[in-house]
Amino acid sequence: MAETLFHKVWNAHAVRRLPSGQTQLFVGLHLVHEVTTPQAFDMLRQHGWRVAFPHRTFGTIDHIVPTRSQQRPFLDVMAEDMAAALERNCREAGIPLWTPDNDNQGIVHVIGPELGLTQPGMTIACGDSHTSTHGALGAIAFGIGTSQVRDVLASQCLALDPLKVRRVDVNGALGPGVYAKDVILTIIRRLGVQGGVGFAYEYGGSTIDGMTIDERMTVCNMSIEGGARVGYINPDAKTYAFLRGRPFAPQGPAFDRAMVWWTQIASDANASYDDRVTFDAAAIEPTVTWGINPGQSVGVGETLPTSGHDEAFEFMGFRPGGRVSGTKIDVAFIGSCTNGRLSDLEAAARIVRGHRVSPHVKALVVPGSRAVSKAAESRGLHRVFIDAGFEWRGAGCSMCLGMNPDRLEGRQVCASSSNRNFKGRMGSPTGRTLLMSPAMVAAAAIAGEVVDVRTMLHGVGV
Amino acid sequence: MSHQPLAISHLSGHGLPLRGDDIDTDRIMPARFLRAISFEGLEQHVFVDDRAADSAHPFNDSRYTGASILVVNRNFGCGSSREHAPQGLMRAGIVAVVGETFSEIFQGNAAMIGMPCFAADHQSIDRLQSLIESAPEAIIAANVEDGSIAAGDVRFIATLPPALRDAFLSGQWNPTAMLLDRFEQVQAIADRLPYIRGF
Repeated sequence: MAETLFHKVWNAHAVRRLPSGQTQLFVGLHLVHEVTTPQAFDMLRQHGWRVAFPHRTFGTIDHIVPTRSQQRPFLDVMAEDMAAALERNCREAGIPLWTPDNDNQGIVHVIGPELGLTQPGMTIACGDSHTSTHGALGAIAFGIGTSQVRDVLASQCLALDPLKVRRVDVNGALGPGVYAKDVILTIIRRLGVQGGVGFAYEYGGSTIDGMTIDERMTVCNMSIEGGARVGYINPDAKTYAFLRGRPFAPQGPAFDRAMVWWTQIASDANASYDDRVTFDAAAIEPTVTWGINPGQSVGVGETLPTSGHDEAFEFMGFRPGGRVSGTKIDVAFIGSCTNGRLSDLEAAARIVRGHRVSPHVKALVVPGSRAVSKAAESRGLHRVFIDAGFEWRGAGCSMCLGMNPDRLEGRQVCASSSNRNFKGRMGSPTGRTLLMSPAMVAAAAIAGEVVDVRTMLHGVGV
Repeated sequence: MSHQPLAISHLSGHGLPLRGDDIDTDRIMPARFLRAISFEGLEQHVFVDDRAADSAHPFNDSRYTGASILVVNRNFGCGSSREHAPQGLMRAGIVAVVGETFSEIFQGNAAMIGMPCFAADHQSIDRLQSLIESAPEAIIAANVEDGSIAAGDVRFIATLPPALRDAFLSGQWNPTAMLLDRFEQVQAIADRLPYIRGF
C-alpha cells in the first residue's frame, strides 16, 4: 500500500499501543541543550531512573551562551549554572556534549545536520519547538517539553498520537531576491499560525526539489510557526550528497546500503494525504512580518491590512493600510536556527559587499555554529561584514530569544532573520521584530530602513 | 520508586477570563525567566510583561485572585515548547484551561503535568468569559469524562483529545512508568532499526 514517509517512519518506530490509545514511539536521536533539560535530569534522579540510551543522545550549549566572549565561567551567573548543570548531567550519564570551547558546538538545529547526526527515516526529539528543522533531511522530528525530555531520557520513547499529513507543494522558479524564508513566511501567512495543528507538513514540488538542504532547513524550521509540530521533505540525491562524508553519517559501503533504506522510506508516489495545498513560487515576493505573530506578513511592496489585527497595529506602531517598506530600523540581526547557516551568510554578504551599515543601525552577524563560523572565515565573509560595520560574533542563539546578553532595548525595531516576532521575544518587552530573509536584513542594515532587496541586486551575482 | 499520579476527573474553581487569540508562550513566560535550573518560583513571572504593560490585565485584577480555571480563546500557548509556561500557570494556581483551541505542544506539556486543556466553540467560550467578568464569584465545574463545563446558567460540552482524557481519568497522565513497563520491546525496536543496528 502506498504510504507517506511520516507513516513509514512512525510504523518503524512504534513500540506498542499504550493503554491510553496513544502510541509508544521510539526516538532514534535525542538532542539536549541547557534550557529545557536540567529539571528533566533532576526528575530522573528523584525516581532513580537511568538514561536508557546515552549513545543516542547528544548535547550542545546554545541558548544562553554570550556571543561576544565565550570564555568560561560566563559572566552571567545563571548562564554559567545552566551550562555547568548540563555538563554535570551529561558527564554522569555518558552523553557526548559540545560546549562552546569545542569545534562541534553550535545551535542544536544547526549542528545535528552539520555533523550527520540527523538522517532520513529517523525519529528525532529535542526540547525545542524548532526541532522540525531536522525534517529537511527526511526525519520526523518533534519539539517536546521538559517532562517529555524526562520520558525520552528514561525510556527513549514518547507517548504520542499520530498526526495527519498535509502535502504542501510549491512549484515553479523563485524570482531574484526571493529566498526559502519568503516561501515559508508565505505558507504561514496563507495557512495561518494554527492551520497546521494536528498535521505534519510534507513539503514538495519543483521549488522545494530545487532547494539546497540549507534552504529546506529554513522551510522546515518554521513549520511550528504555522502550528505544525512536524515538517519534512522526502530525501533525495541532494540529501545523500549533503550527508556523505559527515562525521556521524554511515561511512564507506554502509553509506550505499543506507541510501537504499533512505530511498525506501520516502513517500510513495501515489501516497494519499489528509490534505493538499499548492503554492506558485512565481507569486512569492520578498516577505516581511509587520505584526506580532509570524503569520502577519506582507510582500515588501504590499500595503498592510486595512482592518482587524488591533493588538498588532497598536504594539508595532503601524497604521492599517500603511506600508512596512521605509520603516526605520535600529538593529539588524543575521543568525538563528532559521537562517544562521553558511549559505545564509553568503546571501547576506553578497548584498553587503562594498556598502556600509547605516550609522544609526547596530548590526550583528551570529553564525549558527562554530563550523559555520570557521567556514565563513575561511571564505573571508567575516571581513565583508566587519568592513561594512557589522559585528562578527561567536556561535549561539543570540538575539532570537533574549536569553543571553544580545537583546533589544526599549521599543527598538529589529530587522531579523530569526523565526518569531512575538511581543517581547528579543528580550525587551516593548521591542519590535520584523522577520525577513538574511538578504533583506542585510539590505535593511545598509539602507537603515526596510527596503526591497531586489533594488540592491544590480550587479550582484545571486 | 513507584510513581502513581492521581486520577483527574472533576475540576472546579473560580474562573480567570483571558481574552485574545494566539497568546504565545513567550508572553506566558518570557525567555529571560528560563535562565534557571528548576521550575521553582515561575509563578511570579506569569504574563509579567503583559501585566506591566496593562494594569487592567486579568492576572492583575484582584477580582480573579485565587482563580483556578483559565478561560482563553484561539491557539493559546503557540510558539516555544517551553514547559515553563504551563509550569508557571500551574504554580500560579491554575488547574485547568478552557479555550477555543490550543497549540499542540502546549496542550501536551500541560497534560504531562496534570493540567487538562478543554476546547469548545467560540460562542461558548465567549459566554463563559462574559459570565466570569460579570460574576467573578461564579464557580466553574469541568468534567473530564464527558467534557461538560458548567458555571451559572452557562453550560456546554468541551472536548479533550481522547487519549489525554483517558490518561487523566486513569491517572496515567504522567507516562514515564508506562513507557518503561515493556522495556524489552523498546530494545527490540532499537535492534531492528538499521541506523542503530548498523547499515
